[in-house]
Amino acid sequence: MPSLGADMEAGTLVEWRIRPGDGVKRGDIVALVETEKGVIEVEIFASGIVDSILASPGEKVPVGTVLATIRVEGEPAEAAAPSEKKPPEVPKPAAPAPEAPAWIAPIREARTARPLASPVARRRAEESGLDLSSVTGTGEGGIITLADVEGAPSRIEEKAKRSLATADQLTAMRRAIAAAMTRSKREIPHYYLATPIGMSRAVAWLREVNLGRPVTNRLLYSVLILRAVALALRDFPEMNGFWLDGAFKPGSGIHVGIAISLRQGGLVAPAIHDVDKKDLEELMRSILDLVNRARTGMLRSSELSDATITVSNLGEQGVETIFGIIYPPQVALVAFGALTEQPWAENGMVGARSVIMAGLSADHRASDGHRGGRFLSAIDRLLQEPEKL
Amino acid sequence: MSAKSAKMRTTYREAIRAAIREALLRDERVFLMGEDVGRYGGCFAVSKGLLAEFGSERIRDTPLSESAFVGAGIGAALGGMRPIVEIMTVNFSLLALDQILNNAATILHMSGGLFNIPLVIRMTTGGGRQLGAQHSHSLEGWYAHIPGIKVLTPATLEDARGMLWTALEDPDPVLIFEHGSLYNMEGEIGGDAGAVEISQAALRRPGSGVSLITYGGTLGKTLQAAEVLEADGISAEVIDLRTLRPLDTRTIIDSVTKTHRAVIIDEGWRSGSISAEITARIVENAFYELDAPVARVCSAEVPMPYAKHLEEAALPQVTAIVAAARQVMGRHG
Repeated sequence: MPSLGADMEAGTLVEWRIRPGDGVKRGDIVALVETEKGVIEVEIFASGIVDSILASPGEKVPVGTVLATIRVEGEPAEAAAPSEKKPPEVPKPAAPAPEAPAWIAPIREARTARPLASPVARRRAEESGLDLSSVTGTGEGGIITLADVEGAPSRIEEKAKRSLATADQLTAMRRAIAAAMTRSKREIPHYYLATPIGMSRAVAWLREVNLGRPVTNRLLYSVLILRAVALALRDFPEMNGFWLDGAFKPGSGIHVGIAISLRQGGLVAPAIHDVDKKDLEELMRSILDLVNRARTGMLRSSELSDATITVSNLGEQGVETIFGIIYPPQVALVAFGALTEQPWAENGMVGARSVIMAGLSADHRASDGHRGGRFLSAIDRLLQEPEKL
Repeated sequence: MSAKSAKMRTTYREAIRAAIREALLRDERVFLMGEDVGRYGGCFAVSKGLLAEFGSERIRDTPLSESAFVGAGIGAALGGMRPIVEIMTVNFSLLALDQILNNAATILHMSGGLFNIPLVIRMTTGGGRQLGAQHSHSLEGWYAHIPGIKVLTPATLEDARGMLWTALEDPDPVLIFEHGSLYNMEGEIGGDAGAVEISQAALRRPGSGVSLITYGGTLGKTLQAAEVLEADGISAEVIDLRTLRPLDTRTIIDSVTKTHRAVIIDEGWRSGSISAEITARIVENAFYELDAPVARVCSAEVPMPYAKHLEEAALPQVTAIVAAARQVMGRHG
């Protein structure tokens, strides 16, 4: 069971996406796990063939528990090393997944087949948002009838159960946030810096770029900010990484966690990987995708565990300056306020400018205020040349 | 209570005779014509006594030529009369099919609306009386295929009594199919029973679990089946179509929308039958209301056998209706 967040202790296995004998490659989604942050898709770290599955759906297991074993290519099915003389019983690495035993075949068929339901049962299920695959048919030949859909306790009870589960999940999420934030404030000596950043150039450049784009394809200023933070981090590695076991450990890449508030309450900060290597278009798509998936509870394990820094944007709420709490074990958080028109003095003249306040919360164990200030200035400089982002 | 509204006992046969008699009395343009309708009193004794009362001008025996006397009826209707033509059985009506389809149903159209044919043709239909394959078929579904005519199938005493006058008032040809097994059906009817409307199907028994849709000779069996089903805990609704053309789709759909299941009982052969048409309309109009496939109970697709046990086996029976209803209800065994 992977750790899908600093304070995750256990997760409930919801579904396997693999079965023994399946070939998997790094990055494949192999299982769904439910945590206080919702249902997360778990990716696999190594390529190989699924050997055995050790946990069953519905089981709640502590982080670190072995859920399944895979053997990498060439490794024999059993851990025992093959003797030199005996031709090793190595399964052909490139061989397709072994054929499912006869007893599995009908199960697979039943799983993939569209549930047989009468037209009115199908219609009613759709109206009440009921998943037909969860209904047992009692009609001729196991057909799902109207009575199965309507009378079925499933609808009302499931609904009650679901809302109960949501409530539980919310409390769980609240508890997880509480634990992480308490730990942060207890352990991390925060320092805070803020600087106003002129955004007139960035806004004007965006307006021009967006003119030639369909509405659905337009870039938002938050993508510029994200990119600027990522590029600045290249020169400030001490802001990008983790404080672990009394030492700073730099991040393996620039994976920026985006704080996303959920409609039902609560907050997640999944990561966009390698932000410094993605262009604005890609980033925009990533943000939209991530927000969507965060709100439907379908995030991937790596997104929840690997953020090396967090960016928070509370501008929509009209807040001007924010000093956030660092998400442990990260060492910095950059928070942006609202984009506002402000009087701005430059070259002895005062004019109205678009301004955004960038607030940095950083871990004093990993960096000092001097570097923090320069980091903010670097972000500012990058935002003055939006065309280079 | 006045004598007029008091209930009186009658039979299906007497109800039709009363309807013919009323028509003859009310409208001097009305006359009855057919094989043995006069001196013999009608093959099924429907017109018994009418010759004596109305005379041979208005109760006319014809030669054994369906084509000729149906054609004569069409001519009389064109000439301003209101003929009632009796054909002995639906099997023999095929001899007059050319007159019915090519003339009666078509002349209004061919004449650009100038000549309508206010003709009523009555005939016996159906089996169950050991009359053999040439006297026992149910071909009313075929006639329901033809635009330009109306097809009525009275199944109750009230409809036997009341449909004729309404048919005579219609400006276009109307065919009335009297199921042979109904003539002796006895029951009570209001003393003031008269004309009935012919555009709507009737709900003969309300229910909530399954719609049993039928007409004519199988209505009685269907109502019996509904009783059996009720004892079994299945609430069956019984629809009497009454008119096969134009079909009252609305009533069918309303019922199926309520029960979500339909069994059609039709003494005709299954393939290309009125039951097939009803099934199609249900699927066209109420597909998303269906909770089970539409089921049909029809006659076996054989010439109607003469032997009693074979004929019984070939016709829709109560047990088969009950079994079909149980099946669409998802009940087994």
